[in-house]
Amino acid sequence: MSAKPSLTATRVLVYTVLAVAALFFLLPLYAMLVTSFKTAEEIRAGHLLSLPAGLNWDSWSTAWSSACTGVDCNGLRPFFWNSVSMAVPAVLISTLWGSLNGYVLSLWKFRGSDTLFGLLLFGVFMPFQVVLLPMSQVLGWLGISSSIGGLVLVHCLAGLAGTTLFFRNYYSAIPGELVNAARIDGAGFWQIFWRIVLPLSTPIVMVTLIWQFTNIWNDFLFGVIFSGTDSKPITVGLNNLANTSSSVKAYNVDMAAAVIAGLPTMAIYVLAGKFFVRGLTAGAVKG
Amino acid sequence: MASSLQIAGINKRYGKADKSVEVLKRIDIHVEPGEFLILVGPSGCGKSTLLNIIAGLDEPTEGEIRIGGRNVVGMPPRDRDIAMVFQSYALYPTLSVADNIGFALEMRKMPKAERQARIAEVAAMLQIEHLLDRRPSQLSGGQRQRVAMGRALARQPQLFLFDEPLSNLDAKLRVEMRAEIKRLHQSSGITSVYVTHDQVEAMTLGSRIAVMKGGVVQQLGSPDEIYNRPANTYVATFIGSPTMNLVRGRQTGQQFEMLGLSVPLAGPASPQDVLLGVRPEHLRFDDASPWRGEVSVVEPTGPDTYVVVDTPAGTLTLRTGAQTRVQPGDRVGITVDAVHAHWFDAASEARLS
Repeated sequence: MSAKPSLTATRVLVYTVLAVAALFFLLPLYAMLVTSFKTAEEIRAGHLLSLPAGLNWDSWSTAWSSACTGVDCNGLRPFFWNSVSMAVPAVLISTLWGSLNGYVLSLWKFRGSDTLFGLLLFGVFMPFQVVLLPMSQVLGWLGISSSIGGLVLVHCLAGLAGTTLFFRNYYSAIPGELVNAARIDGAGFWQIFWRIVLPLSTPIVMVTLIWQFTNIWNDFLFGVIFSGTDSKPITVGLNNLANTSSSVKAYNVDMAAAVIAGLPTMAIYVLAGKFFVRGLTAGAVKG
Repeated sequence: MASSLQIAGINKRYGKADKSVEVLKRIDIHVEPGEFLILVGPSGCGKSTLLNIIAGLDEPTEGEIRIGGRNVVGMPPRDRDIAMVFQSYALYPTLSVADNIGFALEMRKMPKAERQARIAEVAAMLQIEHLLDRRPSQLSGGQRQRVAMGRALARQPQLFLFDEPLSNLDAKLRVEMRAEIKRLHQSSGITSVYVTHDQVEAMTLGSRIAVMKGGVVQQLGSPDEIYNRPANTYVATFIGSPTMNLVRGRQTGQQFEMLGLSVPLAGPASPQDVLLGVRPEHLRFDDASPWRGEVSVVEPTGPDTYVVVDTPAGTLTLRTGAQTRVQPGDRVGITVDAVHAHWFDAASEARLS
């Protein structure tokens, strides 16, 4: 559009504000990282923000495999894998389910489908605390309380309103003529979904995957309430690890554990982040 | 291969019984095998609804649609053996041109080799062989239009449906594609129904035209009948450009009495007011005529020149040769031959005689 922007006073101000904001958000991460590489001696002696003497990985391996969380001393590893086996199916199922819902609600409208969508929107704004008791009752009836399967179900249901909203709005931009053309060409409900609609959905699928993964991986409420001894997710593990009292507080282990717990979501953002913005702003389907 | 299409007593109402909106009222059209039927009318006249009912994308409230003698009402579109070309082309954005053309064949489980042969055949027919590997987004408007035609042609259906397929093209391409559609229809011989609001498309493509307004077929006939014997003033003014001149007056049998003047012109005598309809090309300058007026606008179009004349009975448009020498402000006399006069009842607007 215009030539290279000159370095005016406004611009300097803007960059300064942005830099301060970035620093503000990066500082905790920095403090966590440097602390995790320090020995207990260094933490006592030095400042919170001072650099460690060297890259000391001991607290990382302790946090991963031998730190005590209550009576067990197996580190975060079992919790990490619990979270993986909970989050992966829950993210995939809730995304696919939401995309099917959105497909029906925008391209196969039926009498009352808009009302149904309106009701579904309540789910987006509903505080999850109100469903805790009925949900635990339902999980009991289904015989999957205190299991990974139960957590997967809870997360699918909790995320469904949001994923449906994402896909419904994205698919509203798909012209109805496209579906009509496919119907005349002989494609059915599922063929149109798999062959025509889903291939158009890459940006919104990425958005939903990131959104759902972040929500489910970071969830503590459902994790602490609906999990059993062998199915606690990493957020609960981290909480237990940090709260397990011993004579000396091992800040370096706590920090390493916290970074481990946050790594997967950070990795997802780095890998798929560009799709996130693109998907949120994607509108009309050109063709 | 060509099949007949019968539209029998089709009614379409939307909404609840007490405050329903009637979109189509008792539509009866019989289309012979191989015919090219045009549904033409202004937007909101029900032509697209009727096409969707034929396609099975919408269901009628009452009536039957018979394709090749078999009633298809209630049948899903896929079982009706039809192909449709949409206004927006509706090409599948993520599929290549070849896959777009072959999609219907694939859905009907045609073996791959046979399918590819058919795609190649259609691509050659439409001269789009060099585009087969591209995506729709990489094509120009005219190319997309060709691919959309190819997708319809690939299946060799019993019936072709066109929903304003040329209205997104620029003027030059539209004329080209119009000729192309006509050529393809002549070579395939497949019965076609074509919806448009463009009267030129209607006249050039149709073997028969149904002029619609307000959910009612105003007239159904050949382009010649529609143009030369319009059933009412609506059809008379909708078809033809510039539009037909209408002048109100009294017809005694040999004399037409207009506001402020009277001319000798034979026609059906009527006690009520009538409307005289004359197409611009049938009005002539005649210095001896008592019907006089002043030239207000001269519009040369190249082959013809349109001359607008203000007369006491109303403003008239004449189509004259390019070499006409009249100027704005000239006083001229105008006349029409009785054979070219159309007479309509002024109250009902229906054709007289």
